[in-house]
Order: sequence, then C-alpha cells, then structure tokens
Amino acid sequence: MTAAPDLEAIVLAPLVGIGRRFLFLAAALLAVVLVGAGAYALQLAEGLRVTGMADTQNKQMYGIYIINFVFFIGISHAGTLISAILRVTKAEWRLPITRMAEFITVVALTVGGLMPIIDLGRPDRLLNLLMYGRWNSPILWDFFSITTYLFGSLIYLFIPLIPDLALCRDRLAGRVSPPKRAFYEIFSVRWRGTPLQWRRLATALTVMMVVIIPVAVSVHTVVSWIFAMTLRVGWNTAVFGAYFVAGAIFSGTATLILVMAILRRTFRLHAVIADRQFTNLGLLLAGLSGIMLYFNLSELVTVGYKLEEGEGFFLDSILVGAFAPWFWAYILGLASPAILMLVPKTRSFWGVIVAAVVVDVAMWIERYIIVVATLRVPQMPYTDLANYLPSAVELAITAGAFALFALLIAAFTKIVPIVSVWELRHGAPASRAAPEAMPAAAAVQA
Amino acid sequence: MREAPAGPEGRTEGGAPPIARRDLFRRAASAAAVAALVGAGGSSASGVEAGSRVRRWAMVIDLRRCDGCAGLGVPPQCSQYCNWGRFVPEGQQWLEVFQRELVADGPVAGAGYLPAPCMHCQNAPCVNVCPVGATFHAPEGTVLIDQSRCIGCRLCMAACPYDRRFFNWGEPVQPAQVRETAYNVVTQTPALRGTVMKCDFCTDRAAAGGLPYCVEACPRGAYWFGDLETDVATNGEEVVALSKLLEENEAFRFKEELGTRPRVYYINGHGEEAPRATAHESAFLKDRLEWPWREIAEATA
Ligand code: SF4
Ligand code: SF4
Ligand code: SF4
Repeated sequence: MTAAPDLEAIVLAPLVGIGRRFLFLAAALLAVVLVGAGAYALQLAEGLRVTGMADTQNKQMYGIYIINFVFFIGISHAGTLISAILRVTKAEWRLPITRMAEFITVVALTVGGLMPIIDLGRPDRLLNLLMYGRWNSPILWDFFSITTYLFGSLIYLFIPLIPDLALCRDRLAGRVSPPKRAFYEIFSVRWRGTPLQWRRLATALTVMMVVIIPVAVSVHTVVSWIFAMTLRVGWNTAVFGAYFVAGAIFSGTATLILVMAILRRTFRLHAVIADRQFTNLGLLLAGLSGIMLYFNLSELVTVGYKLEEGEGFFLDSILVGAFAPWFWAYILGLASPAILMLVPKTRSFWGVIVAAVVVDVAMWIERYIIVVATLRVPQMPYTDLANYLPSAVELAITAGAFALFALLIAAFTKIVPIVSVWELRHGAPASRAAPEAMPAAAAVQA
Repeated sequence: MREAPAGPEGRTEGGAPPIARRDLFRRAASAAAVAALVGAGGSSASGVEAGSRVRRWAMVIDLRRCDGCAGLGVPPQCSQYCNWGRFVPEGQQWLEVFQRELVADGPVAGAGYLPAPCMHCQNAPCVNVCPVGATFHAPEGTVLIDQSRCIGCRLCMAACPYDRRFFNWGEPVQPAQVRETAYNVVTQTPALRGTVMKCDFCTDRAAAGGLPYCVEACPRGAYWFGDLETDVATNGEEVVALSKLLEENEAFRFKEELGTRPRVYYINGHGEEAPRATAHESAFLKDRLEWPWREIAEATA
C-alpha cells in the first residue's frame, strides 16, 4: 500500500478539472443516450408496434428490453458481492475496489429498472402498480424488490463515502467549483472524524452489509420468478432462482473487472489497484463458471432424459437447431474463465480481461436464449411462426441504455473519489474494535 | 395465490370459500366493471341474479363436427364472425382454428381441426400474474380484462398456456361508431392501445338470451354454449343437459394436466362421424380471414 499523501493525490486528482478527453467521451456517450431517448419518444408516439415484438406473427411478447432488464439487474450484483460478501468475510484485497463495485450496482439498477418501464404498453399507467397492485403478481415482487435494492444500495454507497467526502471538502476547498464544494459540504454531513462518528459509521456499515445480501439475493430470485411463475417450457423450473442469482454474480463480477480496468488505466491508479485484484476476481469468475456449468448440466439432463414434447422442441432448437450457435457460444463463454484461469500462462491481467469480456457477452446471450428461444416453443399447433429480430428502435434504445450506464459511471468518477481512501488506509471499520485509534480523524481535521 | 370460483351459496370448484371469490372480484374489478356486471340489483346485463344462482358459462366444442370450414371452402366461420361481431383488431384471432396432426405416429394420417377461444380457466395463469388486477374473474367465472386499467406488461400473455391473449401494439383501427362509445369492459370496446385483449365469451349476448357469435356462426353446429349452474347447453338448434353432453361424450379440456381448469370443453369422439377428412385440407382458408376495419375507417373518413 502506498503512503498516505500519494494515495490521496492519486485518488483526488480526477476530481479537479475536466480534461478534453473526458469531455469528448462524455459528449459521445450523451449523443448515444439522446439517440436512445429519441427512439423512445418515437415508441411513445407510435406504440410498441415500432418494435420487433408481435403476437400474431411471432408470439414474441417480450424481446430485447427484457433481455437488457435481466442483464443489467444481473450486473448490479457486482456491488453486493464485492462490498458486502467480501466485507463480511473480511477479504482485504477488495478494499480498493469496493467503491466502484457499489457504484456499478446503483447505476446498473437505475438503467435496468428503466427497461421494463420502456417495455410497458401503457407507461402512463405505471402508478396503477401502486394504486391497484396485487401481491399475487411476480411483477409486484420485482417492483418492490428492485426499488428496495436500489435505495439500499444508495445508502450502502453513501455511508462509506462520508469520510471521503469530508476529505474532499477539506482538501479540495479552493480547487473545485462552488456547486461541487457545496455538494461536498452538504453530503459530508458535518463529518469531523470524531470517535463517536467512526463508531456510528462502523455500526451502520455492519448493519447495511448484512441487510443488503438477502435483498440482493431476493432481487435476482424474483426476477427469475417472473419467468418461473409461468407454465412455459424453459421457464417453468425451480432451478431458476438459484441459476439467476449465480448468473448475476457471474456477470456482475465480470463487469466490475472491466470497469476497474478502464478506470485504472484512465486515472493511472496502478499504485492503488494491483494486478492481484484482477487475478483474484478472475479466480472468482472461474469458480462461478463451474457453478453455472453445473446448473446448465443438471437442467439439460433432467429435462432431456424425459423429453416431454415442448422440452424436446426446445432442446432441439438450442442444441442443434436455430439457436445452437447462440447456445454453444454461451456454454463456451461460461467455460472460458475456468479454462483461462487453469492455464498458468493466461492467469494474468489480460487473461482476466478476456475472461470478463467473454462472460459479459455470454451472459447477455444467456438472457437472449431465456427470452427468445423459449418463446419460440409453440404452445399451440402453429405451422409458421416468424423470427424475432429487434427493430432499429429497440437497438437504438439498447445502445442508449449501455451508453447511459457508461455515462453515469464516467460522471461519478468526476464527483466522488472512485477509491475508498479511508478504507484503504485503515482497513475495514467493522474489523476494528477501537475506531478512536484511527489516525484518519486527525488527518481529516488537520 | 390461486382463486377458485364459487357461487353465492358457497359452491366451489376448488374448495376456496366463496368470500375469497367475492373479495377478489371487489378488488379486481374497477368501479365501471362492477357497475356493468353487478348492476343495480335484480337481473343484470351479465346474467348475475342478485340473491340467487349465478351463471357458470361454459362452452363445448365438438371436434367430430369441425372441419375448419374447409368443406365449404370458406375461412373458419367461427373466427370470422368473432372478428366481425366483436370488432376484433386486425390480425388478432380471439378464436383461432388450428390444424393439427390427427394421430401423431399413428396409422391415420391427415389433419384435425382445433378451434381455440380463451379457455376461461378457473385457475387462470393470466389472472394470477396480473400485477394490477386488470385481468379478473367475473362472478360467472369468465375471465375478463379491464383495458382501462391494464398497464401493458404482457406477463399474462407469457403466462397463458394456450396463447389466447393479444396485444394492441399500435393504435387499434376500429369503425368510428365503436371508437366513439364509452369504454365497456364486457365487450372490450373500444380497443385501447397498449393493452391486452382476448375472447370474452360474449357474455353480454348470453345475458340477453343470445349466443356467442362463434356458436351462431358455425355451419356444422360444432359449438355448444351453456351454463353449468342450470345444466343446459345449446348449439342454436338443440337444447341438451350440459352434464350429460359432457359425460356421454367423454368431454375433455385442453391441457387438462396443467390444472388450469378451463370452462371450454372438447369432444373428441372415437373416430365416428368425423368430417375432418384429409381430402380438402388445402381448402382450409384461415389465411383469408377478414378484419375490415381499415376499409371501413377509410370509407367513412
Ligand atoms: S386461456 Fe389463457 S387467457 Fe384464457 S383464461 Fe386461460 S390463461 Fe387466461
Ligand atoms: S398486460 Fe395488462 S392484463 Fe396482462 S398482466 Fe399486464 S396489466 Fe394485467
Ligand atoms: S365467445 Fe365471443 S369473443 Fe369468444 S370466440 Fe366466441 S365470438 Fe369470439
């Protein structure tokens, strides 16, 4: 670990001033977001007929929006895993990356949560969910589970941010614009680093990290239950809850690796985030890839052995039929982290990066199979059902969503420290019995 | 939670107490729906008789008689009359006649026909998953949709094991006189954009003493419509005891094993008197069904 002044300088540097490169990037992302917003405006005006979804031609009542929904909610598990699970297990190597993980969670939930709203036929009636909501419906479970997770994650992001915001307030006073100064002033909630404050911070963090884990698990479980509560082939399975949670952590970890790599390069954080963090996350990916392969195997074998009519059609389509290229790409993607991490030569930074890219793509494909390939299974004796292809509007909105994700992360790096300075200096507060001993109190007051 | 239907005397088909039924309905139906269905006491437009027995509408489709109207060389008339009579938006087939292999891997080759309206499931997956109670059971056990409440999430479409639900992806085209009427939950008029529609069992017609369009339209008398409560059914020509019709013909329900408990029954027969010949398969003219709304709208514009 580097000496305190260096650490501070490195982490606080991005918060001062905005470079040309950043402006250019932000403008490009914003442009894509605006294209997506324009596409949504068109969809609002014309109705969902501007999408590739249809019922009379292809019985495709869900499409790319729901694929993206599951994908983004999935990667939101990055934060919970890294900051809560690893915090609980006191894995110290997570310290430099918790902040990024938590922010991915909040941003992914925001973007993911927009997706089903974009998918609604009557977004103007969204409030009906509150006025007439029925607890019998999985949609309501999702609505409350995801909003709980979002607010929980915001709190969980905010609490460990307080000492760092106070640091910004004290260190950057003369170097940032007045609104930003006011932001640090307000959100550092009069943090002075007193022993009492440290104690409260530790308690709040302990409570939150325990509370947030079941909430996170519940989120992806109920997302899977939207599917699993129906009688459809490929959806009607008890394995879905666990499968979705594992898949969420899998893709969440992969996304975290990619965001970390980009930020480390952009802000020259090599002194703070070592290759060790990457290889550790890579090993985590490898372990999860085993779990994912196991889930797939157990589902395929139990269903394929008996080969009910609809299941037979489904297996045929994914194993050798129209969806086979997608399915096998997905399986290969699942296996790749395990392979890359087993071979000593690729157990490196770049090996991990490759694995992370492959996993994110594979997990998007998984959701494509879950939404599109299953809906292809005819429930009635159809003779000719058309294929689903996303329309230009759907693609534009999807591009907008991914750009929004990147834009929010980029904006975040300019507002708050992307690495938790105080945690890195002093270790997790929960593991300390005597917060008074923390020199940070003195440092911040100085 | 799964709701079971029950009459006011506590008759149930699934063991749930009748109070649960009524609670569900009260919660599920909008004020408009309640007013339309329950009426101001006495006999109402939907066949609910206050303080007495409640209709339990049912349909029986005799597959021995259906030949998809191929013998007549016309599109399936049940679908066609449903389209015309219910102002079904273009492309939707609330009642779709499917062609299916008669006996897979068997010695008898050729196609049979399977007309499929909404099954009006008593344990309806669509009702169970609706987040806002826009899909609900009317007191007679029919499944209706309140399009003025539906948020268009389409989970009900994913949940329906019979693919019997349709979505208004764009602005539905309907004749001006339909579009201008006040919204009616029983007849689903006018159709509203971004909401789900399906067969409503024509209970407005049944309550007025008539028969659903599809039942009336069938040239071969394959449809029976009736009331499980008073145990009668008619195909427009004969009147029979519904229970006897079901029992004597070993009637079954489609995908019975799913436990959806439909109100639509089928009679398969044992190969006797079946006009579902292979000879005129090519004359099955489902693709010539009409939805004349666009032309009407253009002509009146
Ligand atoms: S057939 Fe489908 S739409 Fe009709 S009641 Fe059953 S589940 Fe609902
Ligand atoms: S689409 Fe409408 S009727 Fe169907 S589940 Fe959603 S809100 Fe209910
Ligand atoms: S009962 Fe009415 S709405 Fe249903 S299929 Fe027959 S005609 Fe159409």
